[in-house]
Amino acid sequence: MENNGKEVRIGVYICHCGLNIAGTIDVKAVCDYAQTLPHVALARTYKYMCSDPGQEMIIADIAEHGLNRIVVAACSPNLHEATFRGALQRAGLNPYYFQMVNIREHGSWVHEDRKAATEKAKDQVRAAVARVQYHKPLERKRFAVDQSVLVVGGGIAGITAALEIANSGKHVYLVEREPSIGGHMAKYDKTFPTLDCAACILTPKMSEVREHPNITLWTYSEVQEVAGHVGKFQVKVRRKPRYIDEELCVGCMECVSACVYKEPKFEDEFNEGLGKRKPIFMPFPQAVPPVVTIDPETCLKFKTGKCKSPCATVCDRKAVDFSQTERIEEIEVGAVIIATGFKTFDATRLPLYGYGIYANVYTSLEVERLVNSSGPTGGEIVCRNGRKPKSIGIIHCVGSRDKKTNRWCSRVCCMYSLKLAHLLREHTGADVYQFYIDMRCPGKGYDEFYERLLDEGIQMIRGRAAEVTDWTMTPEEEGKLVIRVEDTLSAYVRRIPVDMVVLSVGLEPAAGADEVRRMFNISCSKEGFFLEKHPKLAPVETATAGVFIAGCCQGPKDIPDTVAQAGAAAAHAIALLDKGFVEIEPNTAYINPDHCSGCKSCIPLCPYHAISFDEQLKKARIDEALCAGCGTCVAACPSGSIIQNLFEDDQIFSEIDEVLSHV
Amino acid sequence: MSETYEPKIVAFFCNWCTYAAADLAGVSRMKYAPNLRTIRVMCSGRVDPQFVLEAFARGADGVLIGGCHPGDCHYISGNYKCLRRFKLLKRVVEQMGIEPDRLRLEWISASEGDKLRQVVNEFVAKLRELPPLNLPQRFVEWDKEVAELHNMVAAAEEQQKSEEVTSHA
Repeated sequence: MENNGKEVRIGVYICHCGLNIAGTIDVKAVCDYAQTLPHVALARTYKYMCSDPGQEMIIADIAEHGLNRIVVAACSPNLHEATFRGALQRAGLNPYYFQMVNIREHGSWVHEDRKAATEKAKDQVRAAVARVQYHKPLERKRFAVDQSVLVVGGGIAGITAALEIANSGKHVYLVEREPSIGGHMAKYDKTFPTLDCAACILTPKMSEVREHPNITLWTYSEVQEVAGHVGKFQVKVRRKPRYIDEELCVGCMECVSACVYKEPKFEDEFNEGLGKRKPIFMPFPQAVPPVVTIDPETCLKFKTGKCKSPCATVCDRKAVDFSQTERIEEIEVGAVIIATGFKTFDATRLPLYGYGIYANVYTSLEVERLVNSSGPTGGEIVCRNGRKPKSIGIIHCVGSRDKKTNRWCSRVCCMYSLKLAHLLREHTGADVYQFYIDMRCPGKGYDEFYERLLDEGIQMIRGRAAEVTDWTMTPEEEGKLVIRVEDTLSAYVRRIPVDMVVLSVGLEPAAGADEVRRMFNISCSKEGFFLEKHPKLAPVETATAGVFIAGCCQGPKDIPDTVAQAGAAAAHAIALLDKGFVEIEPNTAYINPDHCSGCKSCIPLCPYHAISFDEQLKKARIDEALCAGCGTCVAACPSGSIIQNLFEDDQIFSEIDEVLSHV
Repeated sequence: MSETYEPKIVAFFCNWCTYAAADLAGVSRMKYAPNLRTIRVMCSGRVDPQFVLEAFARGADGVLIGGCHPGDCHYISGNYKCLRRFKLLKRVVEQMGIEPDRLRLEWISASEGDKLRQVVNEFVAKLRELPPLNLPQRFVEWDKEVAELHNMVAAAEEQQKSEEVTSHA
């Protein structure tokens, strides 16, 4: 095999990865075998190929032994392909004269039979050695990065990320589905373990977002369409009509008072349905932007057309505009941060706990609103039956750690249950019982908070509650809800009568997470949370370059972790923008015009419309800038005249032939 | 069928879903049969039917194609194109006398390491039920048969010629 007139000299390196590979695969045997393969000038093993000495060894060998192709058998190319390509580049060799063999994730980690795993590794190495001979020198393509970032979701994660990026001087588009930013955190009263008021720490940040010259805030809006790639995403944002001119409205609430509905009548989403609102409303007093919204589902003007619209008459700034329609904003951004948060578990899915059956069973999020001084009761704890509770039971792990519903631990429930126990006790003086499986309080000051609550006299009962029932057995249970539980510490089945039951509902992927995932072309875990690129080393990146994730959309987490992750995502986005360019893998396809017969069968196959037809030459042509490098057209070309860089037919055929050539 | 028969499987996995699922299976230390030889492509849409035929011709007992779930393709619709080719290919393969069960297409997302393990183990079990395909050996035998036939025809012609010569004489 010739390489521009030079002899092909391949260096093969087999990694031990400590014992990760060497524990299952006979690395030495694979190395000895590689030595016998044609064109292999040298084969070596090393403890950790990816380490500096490992890479230096390759670089030194390239110079000393005149190697011009490198094969490394180690972990997944998704992990270290870039590392070794970098080493080739430093040695003055084109980085694409390289092939990686995955003998760890696809080898030693999944097989137990040492002999079979070693044979498999040999086959893989043989195929790579054959393939790398067909490799060609390639150049990475560079694109400029657009200097703005899209942040999807205006909870604490999105707010933090947006502010970090805006403060670095870059432009941010912050898109939020609800009429106001703030997310779940805006609904909380206090935050654990410090018990500082959520509004006091969140609302200044919300105002900062609104005031910031580098942030374009679009609330009541959703991302509709995403195209493009890292550095240049074309995004369409759908701005729903709120029937109020945001520029004119100052949030004086005159219109709300003037509404024909004298009393609030409709379920208030922000208060989890515990309060009422009018058709024209502001979700909460500190809402950002501080403007009202008209809900066409409940507004008489939209429903019957017969309303005299006193809201419009009373507004001296003429901000009410019933003719508003949906608008589509088109923007271009260099990076995207997804921070779409979570939704809480629907407690009606577990009827044994009586949510929706017994009036005095509440979800934890409802109780957050009840204890909040700006909530529907002004912070007074009054049950749905109008009475103040004297005893309260908090049931943990509702929709968490449960094979019937969700298997994962929602991480925050133990701590927020303790917080709610403290607040409920503070507000009512009631006896509070906690029904838990395990207390999970890892975090700074968390276990201390748990200890503090024990000192406050909270009753802890270890056992997953069996049911909540109004079926009473004794006079003291009369008129109460009874929680049946096996107290696993005293090995008794107990019945605890309480006035109020709080279900500590777990965290689930947000509604619509699946659409978001598809739109941005990222993956999600089996639970539906967005999948990070690497669970440890790339926790905010995704498999799609330029798209980062932060907060609970990636998995349940508390506020400190969310803020930290949002900061990390922002740093990634800022770094990407500051670098100013992105390099894209050169795995694009091109057409060999000498062979193209002009049959046009490739043209309709391209999902990116990258293939056009040259009417004069009667040949197809691929626009390299549009080609994403999937190779679909290559597989379809009847004359074999389309070639995909890095995945050429010769390269793949040589792999097929060689993995099978061993008898 | 011998006891020691280990089917050889060539797998074409798309980089974004199934290859990543195989990585996840590794990271999660799930154990599966070592019969797979994986070839990475960027998209299942890159899997040229010729790759599959080549694999069979070179001695694969089974071919597994892995792509993203419908609607999840990293390249929008490559997996649909793969599916179309696969449906046709399955019929072609059958016409060639290869059991259609030897060719399999699976949608395995990046989070489904466990599905990958199951699919591989199932596929290996299925192939064990079938005899080795061993096309390269069969090609040799077929070539031999053809050669024998050829010889027979040649011999017959020879004899006929010599008979004609005798009759003329």
